[in-house]
Amino acid sequence: MAYELSNLRELEAESIHIIREVAAEFEHPGMLFSGGKDSIVMLRLAEKAFWPCKIPFPVVHVDTGHNFPEVIEYRDRRVAELGIRLVVGSVQDDIDAGRAVEETGPRASRNRLQTTTLLRTIAEGRFDAVFGGARRDEDKARAKERVFSFRDEFGQWDPKNQRPELWSLYNGRIRRGEHIRVFPISNWTELDIWQYVADEDIDLPSIYYAHQRRVFERDGMWIADTPYVTLGSNETIVEKQVRFRTVGDASCTGAVASAADSIDKVIAEISASRITERGATRADDRISEAGMEDRKKEGYF
Amino acid sequence: MELLRFATAGSVDDGKSTLIGRLLYDTKSIFQDQLEAVERTSIQMGSEYVNLALLTDGLRAEREQGITIDVAYRYFATPKRKFIIADTPGHVQYTRNMVTGASTADLAVVLVDVRNGVVEQSRRHAFISTLLRIPHLVVCVNKMDLVGYDEAAFEAVKAQFREFAMKLDVSDLTFIPVSALHGDNVVERSPNMPWYQGPSLLHHLEEVHIASDRNLIDARFPVQYVLRPYSDEFHDYRGFAGTVAGGVLKPGDPVVVLPSGFSSTIASIDTFDGPVDEAFPPMSVTVRLTDDIDVSRGDMLCRPHNQPHVGQDIDAMVCWMSEKASLTPGLKLSIKHTTRSARVLVKDLQYRLDVNTLHREEGADRLGLNDIGRVTLRTTQPLFFDEYRRNRTTGSFVLVDEATMATVGAGMIIGPAS
Repeated sequence: MAYELSNLRELEAESIHIIREVAAEFEHPGMLFSGGKDSIVMLRLAEKAFWPCKIPFPVVHVDTGHNFPEVIEYRDRRVAELGIRLVVGSVQDDIDAGRAVEETGPRASRNRLQTTTLLRTIAEGRFDAVFGGARRDEDKARAKERVFSFRDEFGQWDPKNQRPELWSLYNGRIRRGEHIRVFPISNWTELDIWQYVADEDIDLPSIYYAHQRRVFERDGMWIADTPYVTLGSNETIVEKQVRFRTVGDASCTGAVASAADSIDKVIAEISASRITERGATRADDRISEAGMEDRKKEGYF
Repeated sequence: MELLRFATAGSVDDGKSTLIGRLLYDTKSIFQDQLEAVERTSIQMGSEYVNLALLTDGLRAEREQGITIDVAYRYFATPKRKFIIADTPGHVQYTRNMVTGASTADLAVVLVDVRNGVVEQSRRHAFISTLLRIPHLVVCVNKMDLVGYDEAAFEAVKAQFREFAMKLDVSDLTFIPVSALHGDNVVERSPNMPWYQGPSLLHHLEEVHIASDRNLIDARFPVQYVLRPYSDEFHDYRGFAGTVAGGVLKPGDPVVVLPSGFSSTIASIDTFDGPVDEAFPPMSVTVRLTDDIDVSRGDMLCRPHNQPHVGQDIDAMVCWMSEKASLTPGLKLSIKHTTRSARVLVKDLQYRLDVNTLHREEGADRLGLNDIGRVTLRTTQPLFFDEYRRNRTTGSFVLVDEATMATVGAGMIIGPAS
């Protein structure tokens, strides 16, 4: 027998190793869960890491209030299946309490406000390690981030002062008030995620597959008609067959025109795509060339 | 499909970024929006050509200074393999980043400018690759277009490199004449160099045999986490979760638990997807034993007649990574080795190595940032270790500063201290 692991099995083993390492070394880990495909895969990996035990930490949702109902329904169902605790940090609560100020205008988004809520939720939950489903192929700032990413007492990322990370030896040592963001699927690509979803027959929220939806065009993206967006004067609603490549805040996540209504068709479509998923669908990343780096320095996930 | 991790080191001048850009572009791994963003930024920065280095240099400071500071990971795939590139800076002040990128690599690509031959930087890259025991070394002799694709020029660099490589412990060395700028021998075999009979770089990356690089002989299973469900369905379940660090484990294998020395037998190897017949590196599994014995995180399972060194006195090569403090004899640190953590005392600095000439400076009294040297350590608890050359997982460790909690050193074990 040839002792070879396939690409996906090697990535899976690496992720499980990272997740177990955190559970062993930290007192209060939590796993961010948005209902997006990356966090769904990450949660499945956590389920695998501890079987036949339950996942020994809660799932944390930073809720912008601008949700797709299919995603919230999925979140609640999955948490119930796994029998684990759900911690919700609500952006609306921070706005109501005056800790965050809602953006105004037709392009208003709660993307940036999430940082306030995330940091408050981490502090209140006394989380010393927070798992995130970010991948290095998503963005060039993320391509430079460690698997164990140190955050100071303000939750800030300092890209110039990162801890060297060698072999599979992760340094989780922190002082009181500091925490570590942990990215167990750092080395997965978008295609890896989809192939894993197919291999493992993982259920995803229906909005990832082609469906009819009322949308309007903005910056070359199809934005869903929801109560959270304000139409500009030259923007009109049309009904289109679309699917989402990423799932985030409903006000700034674009859909792509697509007829891919099954996992195989989605994989075929992504394999042929010449545009990255964030480039195609995320208004929040288009702020500037270093948009992600700047937000991460403030504590964004 | 297999995964190959490879490291590249170098600066813009060597054509490293051009080479990576070429691999990504020609394998259709650069996306339209990424290319457009790079074009926009190139124009803003006043560059006359599309600077492919901007694809990898993601941090603001890197763009401002036009250099690679940190390790960037990039991903691409061909129908044969998936690749992870650890793209690291080449300058001597970033040796620690190069060491970091090299630590997980199966293969290293070293670039040599055919006009300059083997220079200090290429020697340093080759040395670090062998120090980190990257099993395969590929020397890309670049800018062949600038010497008229001359075979003699290629052969001269090859001979020069081979002579230097005699001092190193290289197991697999390959030379490829390329022009990254024009794409010669990068993805396709070049018609400009009919005298070269070997593969293109990409073809070599796709075909090089890596499965046997892992240690499949010495069974090593560092226990990472103990699984006890306390549920009705799994009432008496006690599993030891971990990642196989060496050898092949099978149900029925006799094992010894370190440090207790208790013997038992593997009852089953479990995963979420069901039990498996064998487990090998780098699988993450859960091992159950036939006997109810005390095992906890930091312990190690191995075979009774094939055990690692157990000891507190260790000789190792250490790369020092802190700009704030130096490594000096008498220093106390934390050490993380497999799943075991302890405190450690630096007993002796035997020599500091000049990474350019490989000269051993015997009288050195300290290791500063980016220095590499041979040290003797004493740990507060026994570690279960192998020589790094035998096993990269059970032979490596990191050193952590106890005040700042920063990772300040990376170590490769030579053996028990005499």
